[in-house]
Amino acid sequence: MPTLIRRRSIVSGDAWRVIGLAPEALSPFSDSEDVIVPLAVWKSDRPSLANRGGRTGVWLGPADDPADLPAAGEFPALVAVHFPTFTDGRGYSTARLLRERHGYRGELRAIGDILRDQLYELARCGFDAFALRDDQDAQAALSAFSDFSEDYQAAVDRGPLFARRFALHGQAR
Amino acid sequence: MYIYDEIDQRLVDERVAQFRDQTRRFLAGSLSEDEFRALRLRNGLYIQKHAPMLRVAIPYGLLSSTQLRKLAHIARRYDRGYGHFSTRQNIQYNWPRLKDVPEILAELASVQMHAIQTSGNCVRNITTDHFAGVAPDEIVDPFVWAEVMRQWSTFHPEFGFLPRKFKIAINGSVEDRAAVLVHDIGIHAVRNDAGELGFRVIVGGGLGRTPIIGHVIRDFLPWQHLLTYLDAILRTYNRHGRRDNKYKARIKILVKDLTPAGFTRQVEAEWTHLKDGPGTLVQEEIDRIEARFTRAPYATLHDVDAGYGPRLHAEPALARWASRNAHARKVPGYAAVSLSLKKTGVPPGDATADQMDAVARLAEDYSFGELRVTHEQNLVFADVAKRDLHDLWLELKALGLATPNIGLLTNIIACPGGDFCSLANAVSIPVAQAIQARFDDLDYLYDIGELDLNISGCMNSCGHHHVGHIGILGVDKNGEEWYQISIGGSQGSQASLGKVIGPSFARDEVPGVIARLIEHYLHRRDSENERFIDVVRRVGIEPFKAHVYAYAD
Repeated sequence: MPTLIRRRSIVSGDAWRVIGLAPEALSPFSDSEDVIVPLAVWKSDRPSLANRGGRTGVWLGPADDPADLPAAGEFPALVAVHFPTFTDGRGYSTARLLRERHGYRGELRAIGDILRDQLYELARCGFDAFALRDDQDAQAALSAFSDFSEDYQAAVDRGPLFARRFALHGQAR
Repeated sequence: MYIYDEIDQRLVDERVAQFRDQTRRFLAGSLSEDEFRALRLRNGLYIQKHAPMLRVAIPYGLLSSTQLRKLAHIARRYDRGYGHFSTRQNIQYNWPRLKDVPEILAELASVQMHAIQTSGNCVRNITTDHFAGVAPDEIVDPFVWAEVMRQWSTFHPEFGFLPRKFKIAINGSVEDRAAVLVHDIGIHAVRNDAGELGFRVIVGGGLGRTPIIGHVIRDFLPWQHLLTYLDAILRTYNRHGRRDNKYKARIKILVKDLTPAGFTRQVEAEWTHLKDGPGTLVQEEIDRIEARFTRAPYATLHDVDAGYGPRLHAEPALARWASRNAHARKVPGYAAVSLSLKKTGVPPGDATADQMDAVARLAEDYSFGELRVTHEQNLVFADVAKRDLHDLWLELKALGLATPNIGLLTNIIACPGGDFCSLANAVSIPVAQAIQARFDDLDYLYDIGELDLNISGCMNSCGHHHVGHIGILGVDKNGEEWYQISIGGSQGSQASLGKVIGPSFARDEVPGVIARLIEHYLHRRDSENERFIDVVRRVGIEPFKAHVYAYAD
């Protein structure tokens, strides 16, 4: 069970279970469980998923188009983005699109090969929850969020540095 | 020089601390080889044949004397007393120890330098024209825009794990001296009819194993939109570029697969969402960055120096050097000077720590304490008063940096090759040296005239052999080193890719093959004004091929 960091704190007893990460293993789940299902399942089985007792979240793979999520109707209770390896950077764009273009405001969770040294960038792209790979030291990983004290470019968390410079300057005047 | 402000400095310092911790965790065994690999690469650290190789960024090729002294110090203290200037305005050290690298980065940070994103699948050091700011045909100073993009690309959170490395070049003049047609993105400054500044945006050029000239995807991008447009291109590439095969992962392959028109449509569609968003540049920011560049306090001089002309007459060797290594400038009475790192017998682009220290002093004495590193692996003093050229020449001669061969055959561009690089199929530097030795006669060299000769030790093409008038590529045939020769490549606004003349040659045959190509050129040219490349364009490669292979077997 991976350790979860949510809003920069370690969370114990997270109830969500990810379903169908390996394509052949779409394991059955009970009506009362909180599950995160693949985007394809969400798109095809929405009516039945809506009547479940437990909560239903959706995960997107690196090749999934985030525009499919709003197109399928109301957002799910949680959205996760899967990183099959930490070197596959598509999920960073997926996250920004969900936040900045499609208006998703709920929990956005990074799952898969999630390592301490990615957390800073993942957070800037709009992730607020991180299911760390099993071998990661969660307590030590928390420090990654403060690796840098400023950022040059615009992302989900804040605008570009130059906008802050001139805003501050304007106030000082 | 661009002078860091407190925030620029803090970010570089924080990066050093981050990498120090990552190195510590790797050495303690809590970071795997693969995981550390991705992290060290984005700090310029490769594991090479003999030792790690550290690639330090020289952003847009601009260096101060203080910084060059620091590079000399690092060469002496942590390496074997020299460094290698690469074709992408970086300096590489071939013998540092892994455990020392965090300390080296800290030393660099103390002079506002770093090795950030000099490797890895991210946006690399942004390169430009080595005559930026001083060229007579300049539209805009590209240093300012290169710095704008340096800041944008530094730790860009979305584009740290692209399908492959990503190289951006910007050119601010009419003539292209930044090779914008053979970069992942080339930015070429232009003015519209109203005199407003914008950029022509070129995508998908590149050398490597699939050499290709880039496509213009926008003729005029108003400057305010530079960063949002870059975001749109990079996002399209990040999401859709191939990741299944590293040899098909560069943006040029995506552009080809989607067709340039299809790719452009996707970028423009993405950009409609980003245009006028928070990343849109404002004039205050351009002014702020421009103001952080120091400017040379020029003296008011006559363009013609009374003493310089007579000296040129009196000393033919000075005249010869000045004709190749001194260049016109827009400020009256000043010239730009190339320091050749291509002396026969010295690996192209190599400089010793003592040379670096001496050059740092000369830059202070003659060029306001600044210099540039060129993609041709030479150094440039951009602001030398013409009245000082004679003295400077004497000093450079004493240092072995006055070889009068800029633009000539022996100004060879070469990658480090198989002597150092684990990717190489073949050595480059001994081949360059053998050719330089063969063409050591200056009169003959000048008679041959302008000629770019480039050598790459493998098809990754770090020596840019595709755009050499003569290109030499090291290939592996059953474990032996062979060399494929191409002719007809060129860089600049007329960029073209060379064509292979035929079967490859053994190493010791290469100087002879070059000699036969030159013989044939001299035989075919109309006049001394017709350069090698012009003749190849006029008559094609066949006659050259016939002449070379007539001697074979």
